[in-house]
Amino acid sequence: MSGADIAIEAEGLTKSFGGRKVVDNLTMRVERGRIHGFLGPNGSGKSTTIRMLCGLLTPDSGRGACLGYDIRTQQSEIKRKVGYMTQRFSLYADLSIRENLEFVARIYGLARPVEAAREALLRLGLEKRAEQLAGELSGGWKQRLALAACILPQPDLLLLDEPTAGVDPKARRDFWDEIHSLAANGLTVLVSTHYMDEAERCHEIAYIADGRLLAQGTIAEIVSRSGLATYVVTGPDLEALAARLKATKGVDMVAPFGMALHVAGRDAARLSEIEREFGEGAPQQWTRGEPSLEDVFIDLMTHLEARR
Amino acid sequence: MILARQARASLARIHAMFVKELIQLRRDRVTLAMIVGIPLIQLLLFGFAINADPKHLATALLVQDDGPLARSFVAALRATDYFDIITAAADEKDAEGLILSNRVQFVIEIPPDFGRRVIRGEKPPLLIVADATDPTATGGAVSAVTAAASSALDRELTGPLARLAPAPAPFEVRVHRRYNPAGETRRNIVPGLIGTILTMTMLIYTALSVTREIERGTMEALLAMPVRPTEIMLGKIAPYVAVGGVQMGIILLVATTLFGVPIVGSLLVLGPLTLLFITANLSVGYTFSTIAINQLQAIQMTFFFFLPNMLLSGFFFPFRGMPLWAQYFGEALPLTHYLRIVRSVMLKGSSFGELAADSLALGVFTIVAMAVAVMRFRQTLD
Ligand SMILES: Nc1ncnc2c1ncn2[C@@H]1O[C@H](COP(=O)(O)OP(=O)(O)OP(=O)(O)O)[C@@H](O)[C@H]1O
Ligand SMILES: [Mg+2]
Repeated sequence: MSGADIAIEAEGLTKSFGGRKVVDNLTMRVERGRIHGFLGPNGSGKSTTIRMLCGLLTPDSGRGACLGYDIRTQQSEIKRKVGYMTQRFSLYADLSIRENLEFVARIYGLARPVEAAREALLRLGLEKRAEQLAGELSGGWKQRLALAACILPQPDLLLLDEPTAGVDPKARRDFWDEIHSLAANGLTVLVSTHYMDEAERCHEIAYIADGRLLAQGTIAEIVSRSGLATYVVTGPDLEALAARLKATKGVDMVAPFGMALHVAGRDAARLSEIEREFGEGAPQQWTRGEPSLEDVFIDLMTHLEARR
Repeated sequence: MILARQARASLARIHAMFVKELIQLRRDRVTLAMIVGIPLIQLLLFGFAINADPKHLATALLVQDDGPLARSFVAALRATDYFDIITAAADEKDAEGLILSNRVQFVIEIPPDFGRRVIRGEKPPLLIVADATDPTATGGAVSAVTAAASSALDRELTGPLARLAPAPAPFEVRVHRRYNPAGETRRNIVPGLIGTILTMTMLIYTALSVTREIERGTMEALLAMPVRPTEIMLGKIAPYVAVGGVQMGIILLVATTLFGVPIVGSLLVLGPLTLLFITANLSVGYTFSTIAINQLQAIQMTFFFFLPNMLLSGFFFPFRGMPLWAQYFGEALPLTHYLRIVRSVMLKGSSFGELAADSLALGVFTIVAMAVAVMRFRQTLD
């Protein structure tokens, strides 16, 4: 694969705050035109990684490049070509929607900032609220405005930090449709999220915990690499069963999913023993299932905690 | 070609910042009110307070000669309106006590044999002990003494003694200004006020500009955009240069119409140099905002900068009366130079050429402050 096809390349990125490693030897690679999901529990270092990628934080060690520009030395090129949407709303609350968009258009030196801002307003469906102060918008609308501002200068790479937090399902779907159409036109997107359904809409995902990359690849790859055998258990008294299973050696993950219980283990043979042990003569129904992405993540997390 | 294009792009970004700041300023009612309110209130308070007519000041006489010349002098003193001779001091110790206890502001001492020594041409001293803690009140009075003495002598020294009358005066007025070695005149103060008011308001406008963006979280997005620290700074300072110009206009209008302070020199000299001074203070404020961790700290820094500007610039105390170290320190403050500029232009009619040194100092100060600000500006969130 040639360098031109790679939008993000990071090798051994490390960042500490006050002696604590927040991002630890992180290596990742995102191909151009891909939508790359970035998952991990709270405080795992997603935002920190994204900030390093767009030049807002300097890594303690490691190297990285965005769109071929070095993240340590070529920040100004990166800033011109990369759109970064912060986790916390960071447009001007005391500027109207239109004024915010015009400001961004001017800063990026767009030829006709006023027209560009108006087009963005139309795309957003915000033309009626153009004069409303950004600070008065609801959370979901703030997110949409921030995304619009990010896309306005037509970047080649989008770094989106939890862009859909607090956004309603319909707006989230619109958002993902937009992301996919942008990606179809060659834009690369790295998007952090806590939603599993969003993870499933990504071409590839990376999962980090405690600053370390635990899994990366397509969903199918991650699921199959996890080596998890999974059973779906239905029937009465699932709570009591879950408690007993959690205390059983060989069960790596027990999690309720609606009316069912997901039971997973790395050792398939041991797990089928457990199935016989708990299933025979019991009122619950055990059926073999595919592990979901969430099963894999929860397993990765518990595994990590057990090692600590 | 490329350079020109880059310069244009840079100007466009400064313009973007400028427009943004202007909109924010327009929405900030408190700051808007401050633009007009602070200079007006300051000027009216200060102006009217110092406008109090410095006449009828409590005075004690210590007369150790009761000859005709001395009596004529005392009569002339009474005629000036400046002095209310409320008591006579018995001796120098008594006189000292009167001043210390604030019962009088002046003690005028006519030494023994004053009249005879004048006639003998010995130039005896007329001692004026002035409580100069309030220099505006004493300045006019001191010159009144000299005038009174001269007119008294003119009247008395006639006939054969007339040869003693012409200048140089046949006596010596010795002024002891207590607690403040040199006096200030009232005219000095209103121009000085222009400088202090501008210092105060300009510092506050920019001292918060960077810390505010950091605290509101907007800095993260701004830093991710392709705008350089210098551009951010210039875009943030520019609107307030205009604001400072407006304030200057208000102050000048009030100073000339309400307080009758003359503008001897040209506004075409005063205007540009005032804008330079405004820019100097805005740069300092901006520099503070790049150093401070939060808004409170920025305000504290502003205050610590403001104090020496008030005290060591020649606004409160006459510059030449300060100890040498303080004068050196004062030379590093923008207000010092601006006070010289504004007083010279308004009262003496100086032109650019005569103010070159002070203008240069202001320019250098501005550039240094801006350089520090750009260097201190944190381009990352580390
Ligand atoms: N500027 C900073 N100074 C000190 N510690 C920091 C700083 N920024 C982040 N951290 C710490 O680094 C860790 C990782 O933070 P980060 O924001 O990268 O996590 P995250 O994965 O984005 O979490 P979330 O899902 O909650 O957004 C956290 O424990 C946080 O407290
Ligand atoms: Mg985060």
